[in-house]
Amino acid sequence: MRDVAIIGVGVTRFGEIWNKSFRAIGIEAGLKAIADAGLAGDEIDGLFIGNMSAGRFVNQQHIDALIADYSGMASNHVPAVRVEAGDASGGVAFRQAVMAVASGMHDTVLVGGAEKMTDLDDASVNSIVDATADAEWEAAMGLTFPSLHAMIARRIIHDGIATREEIASVSVNSHAHGALNPDAQFRKAITLDTVLKSGPVAEPLGMFDCAPISDGAAAVVLCPLEKAKEFTDSYVKVAAVAQASDTLALFQREDITTYGATVAAANRAYEAAGITAADIQVAEVHDNYTVGGILAVQDLGFAKRGEAGKTFLEGGYQVGAGKLAVNTSGGLKARGHPIGATGVAQIVEIAQQMRGAADKRQVANPRYGLAQSVGGTGSAVTVSILEAI
Amino acid sequence: MASIAKEWREIPGRYNLEGSKCPVCGKVYFPKRGICPECRRESLGKMEDYSVSREGEVYSFSIVHEAPAFTSKLKPYAVVMVRTTDGIMISGQLVDVNLEDVRIGMPVRAVLRRISDDGPSGVIHYGYKFVPN
Repeated sequence: MRDVAIIGVGVTRFGEIWNKSFRAIGIEAGLKAIADAGLAGDEIDGLFIGNMSAGRFVNQQHIDALIADYSGMASNHVPAVRVEAGDASGGVAFRQAVMAVASGMHDTVLVGGAEKMTDLDDASVNSIVDATADAEWEAAMGLTFPSLHAMIARRIIHDGIATREEIASVSVNSHAHGALNPDAQFRKAITLDTVLKSGPVAEPLGMFDCAPISDGAAAVVLCPLEKAKEFTDSYVKVAAVAQASDTLALFQREDITTYGATVAAANRAYEAAGITAADIQVAEVHDNYTVGGILAVQDLGFAKRGEAGKTFLEGGYQVGAGKLAVNTSGGLKARGHPIGATGVAQIVEIAQQMRGAADKRQVANPRYGLAQSVGGTGSAVTVSILEAI
Repeated sequence: MASIAKEWREIPGRYNLEGSKCPVCGKVYFPKRGICPECRRESLGKMEDYSVSREGEVYSFSIVHEAPAFTSKLKPYAVVMVRTTDGIMISGQLVDVNLEDVRIGMPVRAVLRRISDDGPSGVIHYGYKFVPN
């Protein structure tokens, strides 16, 4: 297997992008990444796209062909693959692309993630999101996606792993970073009170515990590490891409206060990279609901069970506050969560951190950064580790 | 929201909490599974029907305020994860309850209720919901 490098990144603004279509935002991110890598475009020999549900959000299936066509790659007949894994679609697409280059099957690959969610009303969007849980035995019985996370939060509070305030502080952390990110959907810091007093969505979680409905796209260009220098001086090594699965339905787990798939993927990733959790200086984690931030920090091994919430509440995961900064992009909560784009946008943020290009949210001299992408309630998890060169 | 066949074929699970029991290791699953995830190939073609206990207690819960169209008339409503007396976990709605009284550990039992329908002239789909026991 060959080592793989990221040689270019691109991301659109996340938010309600009413004036641009699904294909327009997808292409915008891809072209930015190709330009960032210093490529002409003809070098690309493979295309992977993370997308959860264009079929339902914009009534367009076959988006692999769409993106290949409108990015100009269909004229070279470049193979294109669409990857779906619920909320983890982008993370899994990234891993598929890394494997394609590592194996030698492809040399220069563009991996994108895109979602256009705001063409539909909120109720329709929510029912599509609910279908990433078990559609027959959770969603059809009246359980919503937020309510599944709310039941995790309830149990975490009950078992003394984190308090309601500590869970809410994950949102405060993400918003503080979002204020520093010009591409974020919400660029405003908030207080703990704002989260605690926000309207209920699924108790105990309120509106400010939940990531928004967003449009957006992100893309990165990959090539073999040994060839990266031919294109750019500013590249990043992919140190590990791991993935793990778990039951689709939350109720089939023995313990809902941990995501076994995160633990498994993290262990595989640390082993592949030859490092431990203590070596990570910046992490993008899947805070689609605030409780996801608590689970992530605990299951990735950054904090012991029962201690993740305390550090969030103290502001310990802010840039510059400690040894580890979490969700410097603003996370899913503040940067926005166009589902298929999210996993790739996390990679973009970590790559920028490794390059020292994260501007006001730059972590000091990082060597290793990590991105965790979660599908469903921990049913599919990717953990990717990037290394500064 | 659901086609007739899609709901009809799930009736044993929806009405009678019919799941599967692995004859190799004895573990019970809900809903039905074709193989036991523990015994895998050894259990293939041998999984037995097993009706899960209708009684149990609340393992976790949430009060839903933002709901899809088919449950929007019910909101706010409670959803629960229930650990049944035979150790299986099942999720569903908890009804006939004062929402302030819902708590972890609360004894509940499964009853047959209307879950959804296919519009004013369509088929009504029934299934389990939980009530205080």
